[in-house]
Amino acid sequence: MSNAVATPAAGNGKLEFLVRGEHHPAQGTLLGFWIYLMSDCLIFASLFATYGVLSLNFAGGPSGADLFDLELVALNTAFLLISSITYGFAVLKMQQNSLRGTIGWLAVTGVFGLCFLAVELYEFYHMIHVGAGPQRSGFLSAFFTLVGTHGLHVTFGCIWLVTLLLQLRKHGLIQENKRRVFCLSMFWHFLDVIWIGVFTYVYLMGSMV
Amino acid sequence: MSEHHDHHDHAEEAPHSTFKGYMIGFVASVILTAIPFWMVMGNVLDSRNATVLIILAFAVVQIVVHMVYFLHMDFQSQGGWTMLSLIFTVVLLFITLFGSLWVMYHMNVNMMPSMMGAS
Repeated sequence: MSNAVATPAAGNGKLEFLVRGEHHPAQGTLLGFWIYLMSDCLIFASLFATYGVLSLNFAGGPSGADLFDLELVALNTAFLLISSITYGFAVLKMQQNSLRGTIGWLAVTGVFGLCFLAVELYEFYHMIHVGAGPQRSGFLSAFFTLVGTHGLHVTFGCIWLVTLLLQLRKHGLIQENKRRVFCLSMFWHFLDVIWIGVFTYVYLMGSMV
Repeated sequence: MSEHHDHHDHAEEAPHSTFKGYMIGFVASVILTAIPFWMVMGNVLDSRNATVLIILAFAVVQIVVHMVYFLHMDFQSQGGWTMLSLIFTVVLLFITLFGSLWVMYHMNVNMMPSMMGAS
C-alpha cells in the first residue's frame, strides 16, 4: 500500500524520498519482536529437550561432574546478570533523553557481554583440549549445541549492540533508535532468561551426577 | 474507553521502566542465583532429588522475576497479546520438554538391549 514519492530537495539537486506508508499500529514492532523471541524460545525448548534426553549418554567419556567448573559458571552468570542491569540503566538514561548516558551504559553492557563470551570460549577450548569435544559423546554433542546456540545468540547480540551504538552516535535519540534500543533490550534480557535455564539444568544439575 | 485512547496517544512509547523496578529485579536475581550455586557447590543437602527440586523451583521463580522486572510483562501490554503469546509458548515448551523426556525415558527403560536379548 505504500508509495514512494521522489521530490527534488532544495538546492543540491539530490532526490529525497518520502515514503507514505500505512499508519503503524501502536508498538507493533515491539509485539512482532516479542513473537520472534517466543519462536526463539521454542528453538531452545527443543535443544533443552535434546540435552535432557542425551544428558546421561556419556559413552564411557567424561560426565558433567568431571568437566564443569562451577566457579567459572558462577562468574559467567554474574557477567550476564550485571549486563542485564546495565542495559536497564541504559534504558533509564534513554527515558531521560540522555544520549551520552545511553551510549555509556550500552558500551558497559557490551563489555560484560564480551567477558561472558571470552569465558565461554575459554571453557569450550579447554573442554575440546582435554578430549571432551562435541564428537566425544551424545551428552557432549547436546551440551555444545545448547550452550553454543546460546553463546551464538550473545555474539549476535553484541554485534547488534555495536551497530546500535553507531546508529545512536550518528542519529541521536530519534524515535527509530529508541525502538531499536527497546528491541535489543528485550533480546538481551531474554538471553539472560535462557541462561537461567542453562546454568540450572545443564551446569548445576550436571555437576550432581 | 477513555483510558484506551490515552494509551494510543503515546504511540511508539515502550513500557515505562523505573530504577526501583530494575534494582528489585537485580537484587532478587542475585539472591535467587546465589542460593542454588551455594547448594550445589557446598553439597548442602544429602538428597540429590531434593536439591534438584529446590534449584528448579529457584530457576522458575527467577525466570518470573526476569519476566516481570526486566521484560515488563503484564496482562495490559499490547492489549494482552504479549501475555497470550507467552502463555502459548510456555504450553508448547512444556509439551516439548516433558513429552520428549517422558517418551525417551520409557524407550530407554523398556527397550534395553538385555531385554531384547532375553526374549
